[in-house]
Amino acid sequence: MENFFSRYKNPLVLMAILFVQVVALATQVKRPEGSGSAASGGTRLIRVWTVTAISPFERALIATGSYIRRNFHNYIDLHDVRQQNRQLQDEIAQLKLEQVRMQQDAEQAKRLRSLLGFTQHYVGQLLPAQVIGTSGAEQSHMIQIDKGSRSGVKVDMPVITPDGIVGKVKDVFPFTSMVLLINDRDSGAGVILQTSRLQGVLRGNPQGELHVGDIMSDEKIDVGEEVVTSGGDRIYPKGLPVGAVSRVSPDRENEPFLAVKVKPAADLSRLEEVLVVTRVAQESPQQSAQDTNVRAADILSERLPSVPKPEETKKTHIPNTRAPAVPSPAPAQPAANATKPGANASVPAAPARAATPTNTTKTGVAPKAVVKPEQKAANPPSPTTTWQKTATPTDTPAANGVPVNHNPQPKVSPTPGKKPKAPAAAEGSPTPTPAASPESQEKPPQ
Amino acid sequence: MNYAAVSLTSREEIEVHRFSWLVSLGIPLLAIFIQVFFPLRLPFLSVFDLPLLVTIFFAVARRRPIPGMITGALIGTVQDAWTSLPIGVNGIAKTIIGFLASSLGVKLDVDNPGSRFLMTFTFYLVHRVIYVVIVLALVGGNEPFSWGHTLVAALANALLSVVLFAGLDKFKQRM
Repeated sequence: MENFFSRYKNPLVLMAILFVQVVALATQVKRPEGSGSAASGGTRLIRVWTVTAISPFERALIATGSYIRRNFHNYIDLHDVRQQNRQLQDEIAQLKLEQVRMQQDAEQAKRLRSLLGFTQHYVGQLLPAQVIGTSGAEQSHMIQIDKGSRSGVKVDMPVITPDGIVGKVKDVFPFTSMVLLINDRDSGAGVILQTSRLQGVLRGNPQGELHVGDIMSDEKIDVGEEVVTSGGDRIYPKGLPVGAVSRVSPDRENEPFLAVKVKPAADLSRLEEVLVVTRVAQESPQQSAQDTNVRAADILSERLPSVPKPEETKKTHIPNTRAPAVPSPAPAQPAANATKPGANASVPAAPARAATPTNTTKTGVAPKAVVKPEQKAANPPSPTTTWQKTATPTDTPAANGVPVNHNPQPKVSPTPGKKPKAPAAAEGSPTPTPAASPESQEKPPQ
Repeated sequence: MNYAAVSLTSREEIEVHRFSWLVSLGIPLLAIFIQVFFPLRLPFLSVFDLPLLVTIFFAVARRRPIPGMITGALIGTVQDAWTSLPIGVNGIAKTIIGFLASSLGVKLDVDNPGSRFLMTFTFYLVHRVIYVVIVLALVGGNEPFSWGHTLVAALANALLSVVLFAGLDKFKQRM
């Protein structure tokens, strides 16, 4: 017997080592899904040890490289800074105008959603992180980021870039985290095709390609169609860009379905910085409904009769060609569809310099605001200047009576204590009112 | 005329080397670090399997199967920690490679560049086959196997091994 062990020592040791590893492997594979995660039972100790041992070197190397690169770029780019700054300032001004318009649309969409009983999820808080490593294997698509549980990262948090989604956090360590990319074979995300509105499940494969499954072959999908998250997986907020359809073909393995290949919007092979969504904000319909009621009350209380000066009326009265086509809303309708004061065209803030159709550009973006001296005297602007849409004769009520304005205008922040005046135009009335004129808005409410 | 008898198992060919603990620990960790860090900037570098090359090198140089197996098991297990796969897939594959490489090192001269090239080329293919079998049979996953890609990767790793092993030879210590 002793002779047997000494003779076959090496194969026996090999079998013993393999047996231990196979048992360990079987334990992991048979374990129910999710139990190996940090959230439900802790990360495997070997992963913690390995990552703890190696990640400091990665962090140091990345930090050193970034320091050198940053200093070098600072020096090289210095002579362009002033010009770039000027361009960026202009761009910021344009973007602010655009942002106001977007906010108005978003507000309106929110109100409509609340009326329909939708619950909205959106990105609440982002944590920038730097990519410091990969899985190092062709078969596994993971990255390592330099933010961990100390920074508030948790398992299953979505990771995105401005271009599109990247993946979700799989393992969390104190100072680093492992992110499972969306093109990994173990990854999945609920998506929706932007144009055709078809929903499916986005999955990766061992080659690192993205495919949308569960779409019937009789559906029509165009190559190039954008894919966004559907929010149905309860991980990725709805509406984040995922990529574009790059190929559509019949799925030979699942015959009635299509094989929809997706090109990711984010360059998953060259990630340097990512954003971890540490908080997904949620807005329930009840809350929106409450907000709507408050706004309605405010609007009703502010809807006091006002007599504009004749010259103001003359100045701002510009015939609205669309006016006859717009039906007058019912008296009770504005209350139901009342909008937020200062956020929508229905209630312009008192000191805001309202727009007339004559001072808007073709694109609906107003030029830079010019504050007249008398306006400044009558209403000294606050240190912060905001941009806000105000009611104009061009406002047209939507189908449900909610006024829509596509002409965002700048305004100076209202003086505290000054109450905004409700214009008649806010109710969707085709008759232009002096409330839309700059002069009338500078006056205190009567 | 006197002829010296030369056999494949002469003393020079079966010379056993050892390594300092610093090298035994540092080289595999460095290999794993490079493996996970450099593909971040140069994704094509993931075609190389540095932990496998290091496993082969240590196993062949020590020419003892048990240390070769243990080295392979440890390197593979640590490598698994960075992937999304269950821990043990690379561990099993590299344990077998460590055993085979050390067994081969006892019998053949594997110190010249030509034999190193062939040896690494073969071991890469064997490792890949073992890996795929483990993923398919034990893990129950879906692992594609492309002969073209595997052969190119084996060739690339074999070429790298010639250079790498020559550099690592400097750390060898005679027993």
